[in-house]
This record gives sequence, structure tokens and C-alpha cells, in this order.
Amino acid sequence: MDLSFGAEYEEFREEVQQFIADNGDKSPKQGGMSNDETISWQKLLIEAGYAARTIPKEYGGFGAEPDIIKSRIIAEEFSGAQLSTGLGGQGISMLTPVLLEMGTEEQKQQFIKPTIHGDLIWCQGYSEPGAGSDLASLSTKAELNGDEWVVNGQKIWTSTAHRADWIFCLVRTEPEAPKHQGISFLLFRMDTPGIEVRPLVDMTGEVNFNEVFFTDVRVPKGQIVGQRGQGWQVANAILGHERGSLAPPDAAQTRLNGIIKLMNTETINGDKLIHNPVYRDRLMKIQGRVLAMKCNDMRLLSARINKNQDAKLAGMIVKLQGTELRHELESLAIDVMGEIGIAYGDNPYLRGHGSWQFQYMFFLGLIIGGGTSQIQKNIISERGLGMPKEPKVEK
Amino acid sequence: MEFGLSSEQTLLQDSINRFLTDQVPLDEIRKVAAGETDDAKTWERLTDLGIPGLMVSEANGGLGLSSLDAAVVAESLGYHVTPSPFISSAVIAPVVLQLAGTREDLLGGVATGETRIGIAFAEAMGARRDAGISVDNGKLQGKSLFALDSDANYYLVTTVDKHIYLVSADAAGLEVKNLTTVDKTRTTCELIYSEVEAELISDDSAVFDKALDAGLVAIAADTLGAAQCALDQAVTYAGQRVQFNRVIASFQAVKHMCAEMAANLEPCRSMVWYAAHAFNEIPEEASMMASHTKAHLSEVGQFVTRTATEVHGGMGFTDLVGLHYWFKRAGFNRQILGSPEMLRERAASIQNLAA
Repeated sequence: MDLSFGAEYEEFREEVQQFIADNGDKSPKQGGMSNDETISWQKLLIEAGYAARTIPKEYGGFGAEPDIIKSRIIAEEFSGAQLSTGLGGQGISMLTPVLLEMGTEEQKQQFIKPTIHGDLIWCQGYSEPGAGSDLASLSTKAELNGDEWVVNGQKIWTSTAHRADWIFCLVRTEPEAPKHQGISFLLFRMDTPGIEVRPLVDMTGEVNFNEVFFTDVRVPKGQIVGQRGQGWQVANAILGHERGSLAPPDAAQTRLNGIIKLMNTETINGDKLIHNPVYRDRLMKIQGRVLAMKCNDMRLLSARINKNQDAKLAGMIVKLQGTELRHELESLAIDVMGEIGIAYGDNPYLRGHGSWQFQYMFFLGLIIGGGTSQIQKNIISERGLGMPKEPKVEK
Repeated sequence: MEFGLSSEQTLLQDSINRFLTDQVPLDEIRKVAAGETDDAKTWERLTDLGIPGLMVSEANGGLGLSSLDAAVVAESLGYHVTPSPFISSAVIAPVVLQLAGTREDLLGGVATGETRIGIAFAEAMGARRDAGISVDNGKLQGKSLFALDSDANYYLVTTVDKHIYLVSADAAGLEVKNLTTVDKTRTTCELIYSEVEAELISDDSAVFDKALDAGLVAIAADTLGAAQCALDQAVTYAGQRVQFNRVIASFQAVKHMCAEMAANLEPCRSMVWYAAHAFNEIPEEASMMASHTKAHLSEVGQFVTRTATEVHGGMGFTDLVGLHYWFKRAGFNRQILGSPEMLRERAASIQNLAA
């Protein structure tokens, strides 16, 4: 057991701290969305090596060798200082790694730099009304007509489709092949004629998703990643990226600290909620679970550094446990506030800008999205515990 | 950075697991439970592996190993529901005597397994009705309940103000009465004092707290092992039991029960490792981590052992399969040295969150 990163890395940590001291005031308040402020922060981060760190220079990145510990230190220091770690979004977190691994040289040149610099926004066209948990049964089809794919069908749960410049999209190109072998991975512009985006208002009252309809959308033949029929393998390579990152324990820790603050300021009949043993026990119960997930996270980091360690099961349970934990954690904050906890929108008694109710609902969405809790349990029991698959139903 | 067990610790765990699988199988444990034999022979054999003296310093004749090593051993003992005085004699007693710096002369015997030191800590955690000790002129009066180890040669007895006394099991005026519990793999007793000669070991509450932390981590590790074994048995059983022409392991209802057990239990392993590591290396987090870890493991241990029983269907409820030994072991661990509620309150108060 050795939890230190070593002297060389502590030196690196000091460099990061120095950067933060010099430049922290330029960090945007809200990360994620592309605007002038976030884009110039992103460019500064790439230049310093704190964003797009391992992406080769020729594609607009910083070009460092992959180093798990350095990435971890950057994440720790930025989160400690409550600074944005740069742009997010599916183009950066999901498409870029795929292009690096499976894209043609031309695709890498064309797409990676503008994507990581925030000049090109992507959305992901995977789920369909008839293909949710059973994604491989998707039916949006693309037929080759001369030099063009002609795409027809519908996608759903497409985040940022209303703002995206491009889409990376799974389509069925080989209708006769078995379902996993008939899918291709296409890239096309969202302003191509025949695309209609309809926003979906979700239970939080905001638009986090869209429906996207394709009617005879014409896509140049070469805008495909991987070979025809290989789209499922391409998509799976990136789904792995998504799952663990949906509920990081450090974020849960930050929210937990927020509840402690809340319980020290909210009162019933003048007495602080933290002095109420019933609420305090619930707080401690959640804290115990957050600590367990933080320890689990240390083990996962360690297993990435030390290849001899096996943490397969520890990794598989993160999405299930992390999203359920966050949902319950946000729920505790609401219960602490009582009637004030149901305040929403323009209510003048709102606490934390309404984030507790918002996150409470948003994490119910994440329990369902990105592979439902039930799908996670199938994965854990089959791949983690070696239990057999449900017998297939004949078509 | 390396978060996990060292190769020596893995080796230690492998050799204990091998020993317990071969030498202390369930049939042997049934004999202990029936009162036909006791844990003395097992404890003597564990001496060959250095277990009784694991946390006794080398100067005092032991191995001088850490809380993480003890957790590794406790996990194995829990996995095999092994009857032994490990928590009291090999973990808590050496920490008390070495930290207090008194009566370390007893530890040589502890390390060879010849001396067993029991623990009467319940009163310092919170005295129940019928319990309570007073000290007058160095003599104990009253009663300690649920002291660990009915066969100990000495007891470390705590008062409500966390002072620790040493009492010889054959001291005049002391009555040691065995107390039956659901868990027949451990023994507990009540100590009834009438003017019993006692030696003050420590009046420093920090000694009590540190010893408690060591015990909490070891009990949490024992629960980790017990729960892991219950889960393993459930997965194995589900893979063999056929209903509706299928093994029941292929039904999602059963798979999801197993997945929930694994999802709750797997982070517990890291939590036990970290809490044990903190005991020796991160003093500012040690008590908070020990309290939370024992409380959390108690919750998960209860969930896993009951769910594993359910996966076994009617057979899980029988003595024939014997899964109840694991269920009861986790149930015993949950209450001993503080219930989850008491320990969460301790964690809150360490963080200055309690009123």
C-alpha cells in the first residue's frame, strides 16, 4: 500500500498549482458549453498541457505521452480550485478517441483540431425509439446510392442536437447481416437537408435531449469511420469511455460537503438541522457510502497504473452504484430543507439556485441513461460473476 | 502509487485460506457450535502461521505487522467463519498494552497463543441496562456484558470513562459466565465482579479509542470475508439449482440479486484496505474511517447475507446447507463494539458535526 505519487509527480503538481495561481481568474464559471469565454480558456489549457493533453500536436493537441498520474493530478488540482477543466461534450470525450484509434488520416486532420478547440460541436446519434437497451437492434438505415449514403430513420435522446454542427451516427447498412454486423458509423453535417431536430423537454423542465428525424439525408460515401458493418465495434469502444465517467465519487464528495453546509445553515424552530440526530444519521450513512466509492476509485486508479492488479468488478459497478448514490444524496438535501426543498424555478426561497431538485431529477435520468441500472446488473452478473445469459427468445 | 495488498499480504492470505479450507471445514465448525470441541486446537495451529502474534511487536515476541495485515487475516477468518479469539487477543489486546506501555510482559504468551486476553469494551461504548462497573480502591464491582472470549486467561475491562483495567480470569471474586449468542463461532461471557483486584492499564481515553479503531477495522474485515463467502455460495448454488428446465442463475431476478450483492460489496474491500492503512499511516483520518467502515460493512454484510440466503430458497433456511453460520457471523459483528448507528454518531462527532 503506497498512496504517494512520488517526488517527480509532486514537482508536476507544483507546476499545475503555479499555472492555477497565474491563470485561475480566467476560468469560466460554467464549464462545458462553447462560447467565447470557454473557448479561449480551452485554448489556454491545451497550450499549457492541461486539456487535450495526449492528443498529438499535429491534430491540435498538446502531444504528451499518456500518464495516468499526471492526468489525475491535473484533475485533483483543478477540482480543488473549483476551476473548469475545459470543454466537455461528446465530440471531445467520445468521438475524438475513436477517430484517433480508427479514423483515416484525412478524418483526423479534418475533425480533431476544431473539435478539441471548441469550434466544432458534435452530437451522438445512437438510441432510437425502438432501440434503447437493445441498441444493436437499431433500424435507421443508410443505402448506398452512387457516391452517397441515403439516410432514413429517427434517433432519440440526442443531447445537444439543437446546437450541434455535426453528428456521429449509427445506421444499418447491411440489413441482411446479423444485427451486430450490419451497422456502420457515419459522420455528417447537421445542416444537411432532410434533418429535423425536435427538442424533448424532460422532467427537470429543461431541454437536455432531442429527437432527430432523417428523411433522405445524403452523406458523402467517405464519411464513414471503420469499414461498412463495423459500426458496432466502433461504438462499443466509446461506450466504455462513457459509463464510468457518469458518476465520479469526487463530485459526490463535493455535493456531500454542500449538504453539510446546508445542514449547518438550515434551521427548524431556530435549531440547526445538523443537530437533529435523525437527519445526521442519514447524512453519515451517505458519507459512509461516498467514502466506500472514493476508496473504490483509488483502487481503480491503482489498477490502471499497476497492470498486475485486477479491478474488473470494481470498475463494472461504478455506474450503477455512483448514479444511485447521487440520486439518494440529492434527495437527502431536499428532505433536509422540507417544503423549501420543493421550491423550483423563480421561487424566492430557492437554495443553491435550485440545484438540489435539479440534480435529484437529473440523476434519475442518469440511472436510466447510459445503460440502465438493470442493464448494469446484467453486465455485473454475467461478466463479473460469470452467471449465464437469459435464454434467447426466437424471433 | 499502489493501492492494494502487497505480494507478502496476498501470500499470507493464500496460506491462511489454504489452512482453513483443509483444517477447519464446516464440519469442524459444527462441532464447535454443538459444544463438542472449542477453538483451542485451531488457535494453536494458527500459531504456526504467526497469527496470534501478528500485531505484537517483534520486541515483545510477535511479528509486528500492521492493521492491514490483520485485516487480511480477519477477512479470511470471516470467510471461513473460523472460531478464534483473533479480534480480542491478537488485535485489540496488543494495541492496548503496547500503547499504554504496561504489562507488555503478557504479550510473549499472547504471541505463542498460550495466553488469551479477552475484551470487555461494551460499557465504554454505552452501558446497557443490567451492566455497569464501579471502581473503589482499585477493586471492581458490578458487571460487564458480552465480553469477547469465554476462555480467556485475562480480560481488559473498560469503565464508562474509558479507563482500562486488567483482570485475571481466575481472580478472587470474579465470576465468568458464558453467554449464548446467535453466533456459535464466537464465545462471549458476562463478567460479574465482587471486589475484584484489578490493575489499571490506562486512564488515557486515546488508548481506548486507538484500540477500538483497531478492533473496528478487524471486525469490518471479518464481515467482508463472511459476506464474500455468502455471495460466492449463492452464485455457485444458483448455477446448480434447476427449475423450469433452467439453472436459476439464468433468471434475471436471481442474477440481479447477485449483482446487487457484488455491487455493494466490492467497494467495501477498498474501504477496509484504506481504513486499515489509515490506522497506521494516516492518523488524522483513522478513527473516522474505522467508524464508518465498520458501520458501512455492517449494513452491507446484513444485506448480502440475507440476500444470499434468499437465493438459496428453502435450503438457505435449513441447517443442512449451513449458510446461517455466515448470516449469524455478520449479525454478531454488526452489534459488537458498536451498532452502525452508534458508530455513525462517533464518526459525526469526530468531525465536530454532532451537537
